[in-house]
Amino acid sequence: MAKGDPGAGPRGRRAAPRSRKAATGDPELVQLLTPEGARVDSVTGPDGVEYRVDFTDEEYRGLYRDLVLVRKLDAEATALQRQGELGIWASLLGQEAAQVGSGRALRTQDMAFPTYREHGVLYCRGIDPIMPLSLFRGVDQGGWDPNEFKFNMYTIVIGAQTLHATGYAMGVAMDGKTGTDDGEAVIAYFGDGATSQGDVNESFVWAGVFNAPLVFFCQNNQYAISEPLERQTRIPLYRRAAGFGFPGIRVDGNDVLATYAVTRHALDNARHGQGPSLIEAYTYRMGAHTTSDDPTRYRIASEVEAWQAKDPIARVKAFLEREQIADAGFFTEVDEQARREAVDLRERVLAMPDPEPTTLFEHVYPNGSPLLDEQRAEFSRYLESFEGSAH
Amino acid sequence: MATETLTLGKALNTGLRRALENDPKVVIMGEDVGKLGGVFRITDGLQKDFGDQRVIDTPLAESGIIGTAVGLAIRGYRPVCEIQFDGFVYPAYDQIVSQVAKMHYRSRGKLNIPMVIRIPFGGGIGAVEHHSESPEAYFAHTAGLKVVSCANPQDAYVMIQQAVASDDPIVFLEPKRRYWEKGQVDLDAPLSEAYPLHSARVVRSGSHVTLLAYGPMVRTCLDAATAAAEDGRELEVIDLRTLSPLDLGVVYESVRRTGRAVVVHEAPSNVGLGAEIAARITEECFYSLESPVLRVAGFDTPYPAARVEEDYLPDLDRVLDAVDRSFGW
Ligand SMILES: Cc1ncc(C[n+]2csc(CCOP(=O)(O)OP(=O)(O)O)c2C)c(N)n1
Repeated sequence: MAKGDPGAGPRGRRAAPRSRKAATGDPELVQLLTPEGARVDSVTGPDGVEYRVDFTDEEYRGLYRDLVLVRKLDAEATALQRQGELGIWASLLGQEAAQVGSGRALRTQDMAFPTYREHGVLYCRGIDPIMPLSLFRGVDQGGWDPNEFKFNMYTIVIGAQTLHATGYAMGVAMDGKTGTDDGEAVIAYFGDGATSQGDVNESFVWAGVFNAPLVFFCQNNQYAISEPLERQTRIPLYRRAAGFGFPGIRVDGNDVLATYAVTRHALDNARHGQGPSLIEAYTYRMGAHTTSDDPTRYRIASEVEAWQAKDPIARVKAFLEREQIADAGFFTEVDEQARREAVDLRERVLAMPDPEPTTLFEHVYPNGSPLLDEQRAEFSRYLESFEGSAH
Repeated sequence: MATETLTLGKALNTGLRRALENDPKVVIMGEDVGKLGGVFRITDGLQKDFGDQRVIDTPLAESGIIGTAVGLAIRGYRPVCEIQFDGFVYPAYDQIVSQVAKMHYRSRGKLNIPMVIRIPFGGGIGAVEHHSESPEAYFAHTAGLKVVSCANPQDAYVMIQQAVASDDPIVFLEPKRRYWEKGQVDLDAPLSEAYPLHSARVVRSGSHVTLLAYGPMVRTCLDAATAAAEDGRELEVIDLRTLSPLDLGVVYESVRRTGRAVVVHEAPSNVGLGAEIAARITEECFYSLESPVLRVAGFDTPYPAARVEEDYLPDLDRVLDAVDRSFGW
């Protein structure tokens, strides 16, 4: 498994002339790997920055492995929900490249503020993938330690976490932890729907005004539940950044290499004290919004098929095969590992015990509360009154 | 012993200064808190002495103030946020009840959000709309938050420091119309033992009726007690100080002695703190009660225009009237 930084080599240099055109495709979309799996050496974004990655073969294989594992674990979680083992699941299907690309671009010291769909980033942060399952099973509200893994709790209230990320990033700057190569950067994840929220716009204002070392990472998966992008905006989202006074860039969110390059560049800018930026990862949610949703009510099959052709994993596989970076044995081995990890995950979910009833009183206040102590004691007495009774 | 005569506002200012001195992680943030010292000058001079990284003038965005403070708290800071006026806390309401209050619980204790949300609250200063509200019930209803209010300069000085030092997120309600009232402040008062933050206190003893109040209404109740004494009625006045959690031991003890209780607050009576207190007293002291627990409160209207606010606000006469009714049972 590719741990840590797959791209330890040179990357994302500043290039001079603004006039240089992007090498391929849509000039507004940074892409380093075409849907057919053709590698683009480097591309100059509309921001005048030359984006490139420089991975070893092993690192390329590591990224592929991440993508496959993350997709498999997600599929397993969806299946578990269908079987009634999880209350609900928010699938990342289709968004693997956006999450793995940005997640692997983070350095150990960087802090992430996710939404409820960032299982791929969570995985990249080294957190046991069982963790979000306990949240969606209803056993707890997310059991990892945000400070240990530098990955905060999932946020359900749309956009709220972007302000937390901004404040945290202000703290990083106040601690003097920017301005060097080992400085800290912060990343905030949110969706296209979230860009309509007041909190997201306030966080743009704040981050700009305080020059916070922060990357806003918007996964534009084209829908907010049923509402298409046009219900949130009439200009491309990345262009909003200009109005707040920092750079915005759109990247092919189904291209793990470009997502990596663009995120790494933005994070490095932030850690060097150059302030915030907005990345719009242009992607597509292939499945339902959550397992409670019926996407056939609001989108057509041909649209889904068109995005199918841009699959984030197929194109890396095509590239690895074409360049003979990996052979059939490798692909079989990755599939086998994914299968094993999914089985393991399933077994652990089924074995997950329900919490003791009185745990609901725990951790309401760091310093406790007499009122709550009283209620807890009363509730315990009530529970004990059943002991030995006939049910 | 360093005792000084200070206004309640100056006592808060001095307490905040102490907090900034004692802990380099304390930061004050809000609209106009820097050069101006806040619209009520509670942070006067603090930016000058501690710099603009410790006393931060923020953009005009309440959700932003609270939401970024959450991030700063996760980062290890202790933010003290000023909401300029009670009526402007609502844009931040979501961040306060959904984020600040629940972070510790959701993370099963791994994250602390040790922040203080200071809100000048209540009426009586002749302001325009949205500047005189009493939003305490919204916050007291939310588990995970603690809500306190000071009523005199000594408490203001001590309680604000206790609130900043506490790991609990605290909504700190400042009785704005009492900002200019003076009192003796012991600047060496210990923070922990003498007056714990979450404790009610008897501020005037009496044996006939228990008056329960907090924040701006404590003064009103004390004045009522003075007036009632001339008629031979001894009113006991309790300053609740903490609204969530309520410190009811002192209250029950008093009501069992007096047999009568009147709760006084400016906020509308409907589903207000008074209802909760009355219910609890009824549950705990039923056989000691000589009459129902009565409430004197604001009306269930939006806070009215300044020219009629004296009609809206509970005053000495309305308190005494309730005392009379309490004896009419
Ligand atoms: C403040 C708020 N309003 C409504 C919801 C209900 N809701 C949950 S997800 C969602 C759509 C979010 O869309 P987007 O930001 O594009 O993210 P995506 O789920 O597509 O990743 C809505 C409306 C919510 N969680 N929070």
